[in-house]
Amino acid sequence: MDFLQKLGHKTLSRFAALGRSTRMLIGALVNIPNPRKGTPLLIRQLYMIGHQSLLIIMVSGLFIGMVLALQGYTVLVGYGAEDSLGPLVALSLLRELGPVVTALLFAGRAGSALTAEIGLMKATEQLSSLEMMAIDPLKRVIAPRFWAGFISMPILALIFSAVAILGAHLVGVDWLGVDSGSFWSIMQAQVSFEKDILNGIIKSFVFALVVTWIALYKGYDCIPTSEGISKATTETVVHSSLAVLGFDFLLTAVMFSG
Amino acid sequence: MTILAELDVESDLSQAIVEIKDVTFSRGEKTIYKNMSFSVPKGKITAIMGPSGIGKTTMLRLIGGQLKPDSGDILFEGASIPSMTRSALYDARKNMSMLFQSGALFTDMSVFDNVAFPLREHTKLSEELIRLVVLMKLQAVGLRGASELMPSELSGGMARRAALARAIALDPELIMYDEPFAGQDPISMGVLVKLIKSLNEVLGLSSLIVTHDVTEVLSIAEHVVIIAEQGVIGSGTAEEMLAHSSPLVQQFLQGLSDGPVPFHQPASPYEDALLTQGAR
Repeated sequence: MDFLQKLGHKTLSRFAALGRSTRMLIGALVNIPNPRKGTPLLIRQLYMIGHQSLLIIMVSGLFIGMVLALQGYTVLVGYGAEDSLGPLVALSLLRELGPVVTALLFAGRAGSALTAEIGLMKATEQLSSLEMMAIDPLKRVIAPRFWAGFISMPILALIFSAVAILGAHLVGVDWLGVDSGSFWSIMQAQVSFEKDILNGIIKSFVFALVVTWIALYKGYDCIPTSEGISKATTETVVHSSLAVLGFDFLLTAVMFSG
Repeated sequence: MTILAELDVESDLSQAIVEIKDVTFSRGEKTIYKNMSFSVPKGKITAIMGPSGIGKTTMLRLIGGQLKPDSGDILFEGASIPSMTRSALYDARKNMSMLFQSGALFTDMSVFDNVAFPLREHTKLSEELIRLVVLMKLQAVGLRGASELMPSELSGGMARRAALARAIALDPELIMYDEPFAGQDPISMGVLVKLIKSLNEVLGLSSLIVTHDVTEVLSIAEHVVIIAEQGVIGSGTAEEMLAHSSPLVQQFLQGLSDGPVPFHQPASPYEDALLTQGAR
């Protein structure tokens, strides 16, 4: 009986949280800030969320591309198919690794920062003070951060893939001696814009929505204490990482299974 | 009731900027207020006092419309706050302002930008005019020299004064102060007491101070409301409260450790707890 009661309570509170988070998201989407005041806020958040994540994205991309080339080469060379290194790397990155690894890094770097920032704004009564000044925090605080995350992540994912391909070229062509012409031409022949690049970008938009939404909601709904903020920040990284992997499977099944 | 007495009652009501009418408010299972009523007179400094944890800050949030009562009504300038639409509530909030305990300054803006913030959001004044208004407000709280500092560079007292400058930026009719003296050194406290009084007089505001700093607030409050046991246990002038017959009011005002509010939390007998193994 006690178990059932706990299960019921947990289920109800999960649904209540889902309802609150959806209300927050709709509130942020409906309350589009006016261009004069909203644009500087959006640009500032694009800088904070997007630009400041560039370094980790580029460095990670470079190393992942280099490792991918090294691993791919050792397998392909056994079949004399090392010329296919270009498409192997490009397809892995554009379809999967680019969007997924960018989303995971974004959740760790920008998502946790968003949760902590909003949680601290709540703890220091800045959100309440906005409310009392007749300014909607959803419009002023949540909306610009949401749109900045939504715009930044797909661009970061493309940059990640581009840098990773360059890293793969560095290892595959410049170090291991794969023919440069084959590397690029087979890649160009095998990669389809609609099926590979566009689907990767769509994945990125979905991940951007999920990660930014989770990060903002966790901050907005956290218990405004140091313990509450720390828990919310951890939850942001864990929940958004799991959500990204789950959605990746679903999207891959829909996009590539046919 | 005679016509003169009726007129007197009507004029009293018209002079209230906030009226709390039979408000009941609960949080979960706990009832915070039960059928509580009192008024905040216009143009005066009103103090709401009471022991910690009885919901003084909650009262400010109810007046500001951040919380809704379970029953009863809260009138601000005659308009019911709980039944307002969101846009009407936001319009009402432009005429009231709140000084939070922490100051709640925006940490990513300088003091100047913090004070300019409500002006930039709610008015169409030019930047030059905004600069003048901000400098006037900062001069009023003595922080014109700190206008370019960031909130992290301010002391607690300075942060509260900067927040006060921001609170008066739009010339509201009501300012609500949430524990303005908490954690302040005697100099900062004196400065804040003086500021609250002078701003109230000079700007013709109504002030509502929630605090348990008895000495400071009684020196400036013209009307005092003491809250305990889910309702108002006494209200009137500071002198009337000091002479109040209620032992609870006297315990609170004199700071006695024991009385109607017991020193000990309810617990099992002390001897039993000491002699029984495992009991706490």
